[in-house]
Amino acid sequence: MLDYETLKIIWWVLVGALLLGFAIMDGHDMGVGTLLPFAAKTDVERRILINTVGPHWDGNQVWFITAGGAIFAAWPLVYATAFSGFYWAMLAVLWALFFRPVGFDYRSKIENPKWRRTWDWGLFVGGAVPPLIFGVAFGNLLQGVPFHFDDTLRSFYTGTFWQLLNPFALLTGIVSTTMITAHGANYLMIRTEGDVYRRVRTASMIFGALALVTFALAGVWLAYGIKGFVITSAIDGNALPNPLDKTVITEAGAWLHNYSAYPLTMLVPAIAFLGGLWAIAAAKFDKPLTAFVGSSVSMLGVIGTAGVSLFPFIMPSSTDPRSSLTIWDSVSSQLTLGLMLGATIIFLPLIIIYTSWAYKKMSGKVTEAFINANDKSAY
Amino acid sequence: MISTELVDLSRLQFAVTAMYHFLFVPLTLGMTFLLVIMEGSYLVTGQQVYKDMTRFWGKLFGINFALGVTTGLTMEFQFGTNWAYYSHYVGDIFGAPLAIEGLMAFFLESTFIGLFFFGWDRLTKGQHFMVTVLTAIGSNLSALWILIANGWMQDPVGATFSYTTMRMELSNFWDVIFNPTAQAKFVHTVSAGYVTASVFVLGISAWYILKGRDLEFARRSFRIAAAFGFASALSVIVLGDESGYTISESQQTKLAAMEAMWHTEPAPAAFNVFAIPDEKAQRNDYELQIPYVMGLIGTRSVTKEIPGIAEIKEKNRTRIESGMLAVSAMEELRKNKEDEAAKQVFEAHKQDLGFGLLLKKYTEDVSKATPEMIQHAVDDTVPRVAPMFWSFRVMVALGFAFALLFALSLYHTVRGTFFKQRWLLRWAVWFIPTPWIAAELGWFVAEYGRQPWTIYGVLPTHLSASSLSVGSLYGSLTGFIVFYTGLLVIEMYLMVKFSRKGPSSLGTGRYDAEKTATATI
Ligand code: HDD
Ligand code: HEM
Ligand code: HEM
Repeated sequence: MLDYETLKIIWWVLVGALLLGFAIMDGHDMGVGTLLPFAAKTDVERRILINTVGPHWDGNQVWFITAGGAIFAAWPLVYATAFSGFYWAMLAVLWALFFRPVGFDYRSKIENPKWRRTWDWGLFVGGAVPPLIFGVAFGNLLQGVPFHFDDTLRSFYTGTFWQLLNPFALLTGIVSTTMITAHGANYLMIRTEGDVYRRVRTASMIFGALALVTFALAGVWLAYGIKGFVITSAIDGNALPNPLDKTVITEAGAWLHNYSAYPLTMLVPAIAFLGGLWAIAAAKFDKPLTAFVGSSVSMLGVIGTAGVSLFPFIMPSSTDPRSSLTIWDSVSSQLTLGLMLGATIIFLPLIIIYTSWAYKKMSGKVTEAFINANDKSAY
Repeated sequence: MISTELVDLSRLQFAVTAMYHFLFVPLTLGMTFLLVIMEGSYLVTGQQVYKDMTRFWGKLFGINFALGVTTGLTMEFQFGTNWAYYSHYVGDIFGAPLAIEGLMAFFLESTFIGLFFFGWDRLTKGQHFMVTVLTAIGSNLSALWILIANGWMQDPVGATFSYTTMRMELSNFWDVIFNPTAQAKFVHTVSAGYVTASVFVLGISAWYILKGRDLEFARRSFRIAAAFGFASALSVIVLGDESGYTISESQQTKLAAMEAMWHTEPAPAAFNVFAIPDEKAQRNDYELQIPYVMGLIGTRSVTKEIPGIAEIKEKNRTRIESGMLAVSAMEELRKNKEDEAAKQVFEAHKQDLGFGLLLKKYTEDVSKATPEMIQHAVDDTVPRVAPMFWSFRVMVALGFAFALLFALSLYHTVRGTFFKQRWLLRWAVWFIPTPWIAAELGWFVAEYGRQPWTIYGVLPTHLSASSLSVGSLYGSLTGFIVFYTGLLVIEMYLMVKFSRKGPSSLGTGRYDAEKTATATI
C-alpha cells in the first residue's frame, strides 16, 4: 500500500478534482439557472433553456453530493468543522438547491404562468446562490476562520454568519458566480440557436471578462493585503493526524510562498487567465464547444490557484492558528484513504464514460419545434 | 458542556428531515423495479399498453423522485452541520460508505433517470430498457450503502478507538460491509420499499377499476402489482424476523424495550401480543401472551434466555463504572502519551469507554461522578418502553395485513375475477397510505431504540452534536419544517392531480378521459 504521506497528497489532488468536476458539470447547469430569467424572453424560450440541462442536472448534482461524501471520508475534521462552523451558509446553499429538483420537474407540469414564473425564479436562486456562497467560503478560508478545538477535538466556531460576508470574500464570491455564469452561457451556446444563442453569446463574453478582472483583483489583494499562514514546527507527513500537535504563525505574503518555492506552480494562475481569454475569443468567433472547454480550463486554474496558495492548509484558524486544518492532520486513517482511492479509481472513469454517453445521446440543439412537439413530456 | 436542549433540538431536526426523506425513498426503491417489469413486458410483447404503463407510472414516480432528491441533499450534509463531533469521531468508518454511495449509486441512478424520462425517442428499445434497469440498480445500491452505514451505527464492527487521533478508526472494511445487521436491514428496508410501491400501484389501479376507467390499463397494472407485492410482503416479514434476530445479538436493550420485557423470563420467553407497559412500576398490565414465541424469534432456540430490562441495567452499571476508569485514563493519555500506568488502565477498560462517556451528560469530570449521576446514566441506557412496544406492533400488524391483501389479490388475479371483488378493490384503495406508516414506525423503532447512542455502545448521542447555538437550531428547524411542508403540499397536489387524470395525462389520445373530453368538445 502507498505510504501515508503520499496518500494524503493524492487526496488533496482528488478533492480538488471532485471540486473541479462539480464546477464543470453542476456549474454549467447552475449557470443556466442564473441566466434563465434574463436570457429567455418567452415561456418557450425559457423551456428551451431548461431542457438543455433537463436530462442531466440530476447526474451533475451528484458531483456536489459526492464531493461532500468524499470530504467526509477523506477529511472528516474538515467536513465536521467547516460545515458546522459555516452553519447558516451551508443551509443557504441547501435551501437554494431545494428549488432545483422541484423547479425542473414541476415547473412545466402546470400551465399557469404565475406558477411557471415562480419556479423560474426558484431555478435562478438555485443557480446563483450556491456558487456565490462557495466563492465567499473560499475567500474566508484564505483569510482564516475563527474556530478552535478543545482537548477532545471538539470544534467551536466563534464568528458570526455576517462576518463571512466581508469585502474580500464578497469579491471571491463574485469571481465564482461570474465564472460559473460564463460557463453556463458557453454551454447554452452549444445547445441553442437564434435569439437565445445571440443573447447567451453576449453574456458569455461579458461574464467571462468580469470573472478575469475580479480574479486578478483578488490576486493582487491576496498578495498585498492578506496575511498567510505558515507551519513553524517540523512536518512529519506520516504522523498520525492531530491538528493540535503543530505550531502555526501568520505572515504577510505567506500565501505566495509556494509560488516562489516552486516556480512551475505559477502556471496555475496563468492557466486561469489563458483559459478565460480563450473562452472569450471562442465565443466571439462562434465556436461554442471551444468556449466551453476554455471556461472549463479556466476553472481548473482558478480552483487550482486557491489550492496552491493555501497548500498545505485547508482551513486555517484566525483565532487559534495551531488549530488550523491542513492536509497532514485533518485526514482519515491510512486504511480508509487507501480504500477510498481504490473506489475512486474504479468508479470515476466509469462515471465519466456513462455520463459522456448520456450527453452524446441527448446532444443537438433544443428548438422551439421540439418543445411544442413534446409539450406534455418535456420540462 | 453541551446543553440538553441543543441536543434535543438537533435530534428533532434530524428526525424531521430523515422522516421526510423516507416519505419519498420507499416509493423510489420499489417503483424503479415495477417500471423494469412493465417495460420488460413491453420489450417482450411489444404491446403499446405496457409502454404507456411505464410512462404513466414513471410520471408519478418522477414527481416523487424530485422530493427524494431534495430531501436527500440535506441528509448528506447534515452530519457535518449538526453532528460535527460525531462526524469527526466516526468519519473514518462512516464517511466511506457515504462516499462510495455517491460514486457507485447516486451517479448511476441520477444519470440514467434523465435518460429514462427524455430518452424515449433517442434510444433504441433495448437501450431504453437498459437505462431503466440501471436506474433501478442505482437506487437499490444507494440503499445498500446507506444501510451499511446505518447498520454500523447499530452494530459497530471492524473499528477500534485511537486516543492519539481521538476517534474510531477502521480496522476491517469487510466486517463493515458484511455486517449481518446491515445485510438484514438492507433486505428488510428495500423490501419495504417494494411493498410500498406495490400498494401504491395496486391501490390506484383499483380506484380506476372501481370507477370503470381505463380498464385494460388498470387491470394489467393491478396484476403486476399483486404479484410483485406478494413476493415483497413475504420478504419483508422474513427479513423483519431476521432483523429481530440480529438485534437480539447486538442490541439487547432495544429488543427488551420493543417486547416490554421488564425482567428476564425462563427460556423460551413468551411473546406479548398486547400489554400496557407501565414505565414507573416497570411492569405490564393486561398482558396477552403467546408462550414460547418470543424466545423462538429472538434466539432461535428453546433454551437461551432473553435478558430483561432490570438485568440489562445491572450489567450496564458495571460497564459504566469500568468506563469511568477508561475515560480518565484516556484523558491522562491525551495529556501525556507516554504515561504507562494510564495505558494499562486504558487497555483493561477500553471496551467500556463509551459507557463511561455516557456520564459526560451529567459531569465534565467523569471520575468524580456521584452515585446519582451513575444511576441516571444507567436508566438512560434503556429507551422508553411504550413507544417502542407500540410502534413495533403496528408495523408488524401492517406487515401481515399486506401479506394478506396481496395474497388475496394474487389469488383473485389468477382466477381472473379480481375486478369483480369490489370489497378487495376498496381495501386496496384505502390501504394506500399504510406502507408509509409502517416504514416510518420501523425507522422509529430502529433509531429511537438505539438511544442513548448514536453509535451503539461507542458514542453517546449527547456528545455527538455540533456546538451550535440553540437559537440557530430553532431557526433551522423552523426553516426545514416550513420548506418541506410547503414542498410536500405541492407534491401531493401534483400526485393527486396526475393520478386522477390517469394515463390520459400522457396525451396519447388512447385513454378514456381524452376520449370523453374530445366527445364533449
Ligand atoms: C433505504 C434507503 C435510503 C436511506 C435509509 C436513505 N436514503 Fe437517501 N436516497 C435513497 C435511499 C435512501 C434513494 C432511493 O436512492 C433516493 C430516494 C429518492 C431518490 O431520489 O433517491 C435517495 C436520495 C438521496 C440523495 C439525492 C441523490 C440524488 O441527487 O440522486 C442524497 C444526497 C441522499 N439520498 C442521502 C442520504 C443520506 C445521507 C441518508 C442517511 C442519513 C439517506 N440518504 C438515507
Ligand atoms: C411482520 C412484519 C415485520 C417485522 C417482524 C418487522 C421487524 C422489524 C424490526 C425488528 C426492525 C428493527 C430493526 C433494527 O432496529 O435494527 C424493523 C425496522 C424497520 N421496518 Fe419492519 N418489520 C415488519 C414489517 C414491516 C413493514 C410492513 C414495513 C414497511 C412497509 C417495515 C419497514 C421497516 C423499516 C423501514 C425499518 C427501519 C430499517 C431497519 O431497521 O431495517 N417493516 N422491522
Ligand atoms: C431515512 C431513513 C431514516 C429515518 C426515517 C430515521 C429516523 C430517525 C429518527 C426518528 C431519529 C430520532 C431518534 C430520536 O431522537 O429519538 C433519528 C435520529 C438519528 N438518526 Fe436516523 N433515520 C434514518 C436513517 C438514518 C441513517 C441512514 C443514519 C445514519 C447513517 C441515521 C442517523 C441518525 C442520527 C445521527 C440521529 C440523531 C441522533 C439520534 O437522536 O439518534 N439515520 N433518525
